[in-house]
Amino acid sequence: MAIVKRKFDVVIVGAGGAGMRAALQLSEAGFNVAVLSKVFPTRSHTVAAQGGIAASLGNVTEDNWHWHMYDTVKGSDYLGDQDAIEFMCRQASEVVYELEHFGMPFDRLENGKIYQRPFGGQSQNFGGAQATRSCAAADRTGHALLHTLYQRNVHANTQFFVEWMGLDLIRNEQGDVTGVTALEMETGNVVALQARAVLLATGGGGRVFQASTNAFINTGDGLGMAARSGVPLEDMEFWQFHPTGVYGAGVLISEAVRGEGGYLLNKDGERFMERYAPNAKDLASRDVVSRALTMEIKEGRGCGNNADHLLLKLNHLDADVINKRLPGIREIAIKFAQVDPIDEPIPVIPTAHYMMGGIPTNLYGQVVAPYKTGPEEVVQGLYAVGECACLSVHGANRLGTNSLLDIIVFGRAAGKQIIEDLKKNPHHKKLNEAAIDRSLTRLDRLDNQKDGENVAQVGEALRKTMQEHCGVFRFPDLLKEGVVKINEISERVEHTEIKDKSKVFNTARVEALELNNLVEVALATMVSAEARNESRGAHAREDFPKRDDDKWLKHTLYFSEGRRLDYKPVRLKPLTVESFPPKARTY
Amino acid sequence: MRFSIYRFDPDKDEKPYMQDYDIQLDPADKMLLDVLIRIKTVDDSLSLRRSCREGVCGSDGMNINGRNGLACITPVAGLKEPVELRPLPGLPVIRDLIVDMTQFFKQYRSVTPYLVNNDPPPETERLQSPEERAELDGAYECVLCACCTTACPSFWWNPDKFVGPAGLLQAYRFLADSRDQATAERLDDLEDPYRLFRCHSIMNCVDTCPKGLNPTKAINKIKGMMVKRTV
Ligand SMILES: Cc1cc2nc3c(=O)[nH]c(=O)nc-3n(C[C@H](O)[C@H](O)[C@H](O)COP(=O)(O)OP(=O)(O)OC[C@H]3O[C@@H](n4cnc5c(N)ncnc54)[C@H](O)[C@@H]3O)c2cc1C
Ligand code: SF4
Ligand code: SF4
Ligand code: FES
Repeated sequence: MAIVKRKFDVVIVGAGGAGMRAALQLSEAGFNVAVLSKVFPTRSHTVAAQGGIAASLGNVTEDNWHWHMYDTVKGSDYLGDQDAIEFMCRQASEVVYELEHFGMPFDRLENGKIYQRPFGGQSQNFGGAQATRSCAAADRTGHALLHTLYQRNVHANTQFFVEWMGLDLIRNEQGDVTGVTALEMETGNVVALQARAVLLATGGGGRVFQASTNAFINTGDGLGMAARSGVPLEDMEFWQFHPTGVYGAGVLISEAVRGEGGYLLNKDGERFMERYAPNAKDLASRDVVSRALTMEIKEGRGCGNNADHLLLKLNHLDADVINKRLPGIREIAIKFAQVDPIDEPIPVIPTAHYMMGGIPTNLYGQVVAPYKTGPEEVVQGLYAVGECACLSVHGANRLGTNSLLDIIVFGRAAGKQIIEDLKKNPHHKKLNEAAIDRSLTRLDRLDNQKDGENVAQVGEALRKTMQEHCGVFRFPDLLKEGVVKINEISERVEHTEIKDKSKVFNTARVEALELNNLVEVALATMVSAEARNESRGAHAREDFPKRDDDKWLKHTLYFSEGRRLDYKPVRLKPLTVESFPPKARTY
Repeated sequence: MRFSIYRFDPDKDEKPYMQDYDIQLDPADKMLLDVLIRIKTVDDSLSLRRSCREGVCGSDGMNINGRNGLACITPVAGLKEPVELRPLPGLPVIRDLIVDMTQFFKQYRSVTPYLVNNDPPPETERLQSPEERAELDGAYECVLCACCTTACPSFWWNPDKFVGPAGLLQAYRFLADSRDQATAERLDDLEDPYRLFRCHSIMNCVDTCPKGLNPTKAINKIKGMMVKRTV
């Protein structure tokens, strides 16, 4: 079947913070860039980020990038690649100032500088006193950041393809990526977009879990596209559960609440974090706090009739502080928990939040995979940034406000790298028709399926399995069973049916296609988690409660084909400074 | 609970119709969006936009019992039955509850929606006092849901000429920013019988904004800035 083909210098799949920062770099340099997004750019989930973006500006407490680097390495439970972490922390101040120059409406201190607040895992002097490092626009930092980037892209005349869904990567016989197939939702047309560089910036996949702070559109599409085309997925067993999702609703209550002085209570009114993290208390790293909440509930100290949640107290704070610094949180608590946090504590529970793993890349956003010469060979023409990528700067556990930093630093770096690489690649490479046919076959199958299963039903089974078998604490039997179940679900995904056959804005079709991606994410997660026999960062194995650096100080690589695993070393050597060797991690 | 929903698929329907759904509410169905998602699991052809489900992305603006709002932050409990759901008024319908927002975004883009400052940027941040920053509160938080603009009669009559409340709020966001240097150009651009002055302070926009913003106030401030510079 012949389909329409269009040609661009660069195609970016995703218009969140990562995709738009890269797009800006390329549009301003005069390249012909097409940015695809399932939703209007400002509706990307970066908009929901609340607490801040980390940078050692030192506006409130003394700070420097090296301390930030130490905290990030420690936070990652030593699984982070130290060259990438150094790169990110060194550039943090510069990219935040740049955002300010773009017009981002940060809150201000009395002296007119950018407002900063403390967040979990931030320290001065390599593990000393609490640092104040998160630059914030009230509790709407993501909104402020995303809208500012969209505005700059309007200025730079970036071409957006709004409500276009990327389907599959097109790779040639050499394995080079030469374009993508995409679905224009409004018309139902499938188009092949040819490009000299394809950048995946599709964000997270938190919708593989039942209770998630993520948006409906966070279905790990870039990971599905990569996995189906033979690119491995890295460190997928590491998912961050945020300690404070609204009980019953999943909506996030930012760590900024604890940064501004809020704290957690159990049913006895005890400030239990003092027991689990005597120094950092409520501002310990997220994996630590989420496990503490789970233990409190497990040991019967949860609140409410079912003793199944805990309370986040901030009513001791000044109402002015809440209204000025946490207005969005107050709005969320009133709407989704029916409590006004000025008067009452908010019921919370650990909730799936952030995917540390993703498509393996180097510092420049180039996707790397084992091929002929080693584990880090560049896949020509393919780049990834943002939550869908794994550099890895977050290792086994991400620190709060390091993700907005990640997407901006590496969005910019990838943009710059693409500009360099395009100089060496002046010509488009041929599109491989067989690769295009793969997308068309998938769509045909879906349109012609008879007596298939309902997409929502299979999706629900997937989310339930992930929630029950791969949560905050992981048990060997549950993981083994989980692998079997997810494999079965992946079969069911091949036989889903949609009743809606319309060409026009067919959201049933979009959801069915998203399920193809969710299942790749779920498989990678469950298989990788089952294999990692240690506890590190967010991966807490009940049967292997300790970190095991001898055997497991390495990154997992999951290959969709054959559902097999491989491993590659952690890059412990930073760019210029001394390495931080693994040591016991306490807060 | 009965929901009466506007349906139209140009691929098969000659004209729009209302379809009724009777739904047994479940304790988890707190917001209108929860119910719509549940309806979609039984009738996958019902089409709507949604993403964040917490009122920050602006996707699911629709007309709910005659009033524009975001489904994800509209509690079902308080709604009068049958709950009548229609697409946002005043914009062409693509399908069901999905409207074509082209005109809305065109107006947004027409107000130079970015900071203009031609001085070479300093090495650190540009300074702004907390009081100057406070001027942006109520102006920068807009989620571009179009609930206000599509409730505005002036926009219905002149969608190509009148910027509309959301666009004007955005214009004000930059006029109010102490770092912006294009005040004169921005005001010149709006000094026109239509772009700004079609607003007759009918206040529909204020009533409807699901984020509690006040575009009319911003519009009046812009008018005030114009008066001030002519005297
Ligand atoms: C509630 C919440 C609060 C958070 N708060 C903070 C915080 O305070 N600080 C911090 O540092 N981090 C925070 N995070 C994490 C951080 O916000 C995200 O990791 C980050 O914004 C991801 O950015 P991104 O650009 O990679 O992806 P996104 O912003 O999710 O963008 C993904 C883009 O890809 C597009 N897309 C996806 N699939 C396709 C496809 N198939 N075809 C076309 N387009 C596609 C989408 O339309 C979208 O434009 C928070 C996360 C959540 C969920
Ligand atoms: S106040 Fe102005 S902008 Fe708002 S609805 Fe009325 S005419 Fe429209
Ligand atoms: S001002 Fe309010 S109603 Fe209008 S687009 Fe913005 S958020 Fe929506
Ligand atoms: S779904 Fe995002 S505003 Fe309602």
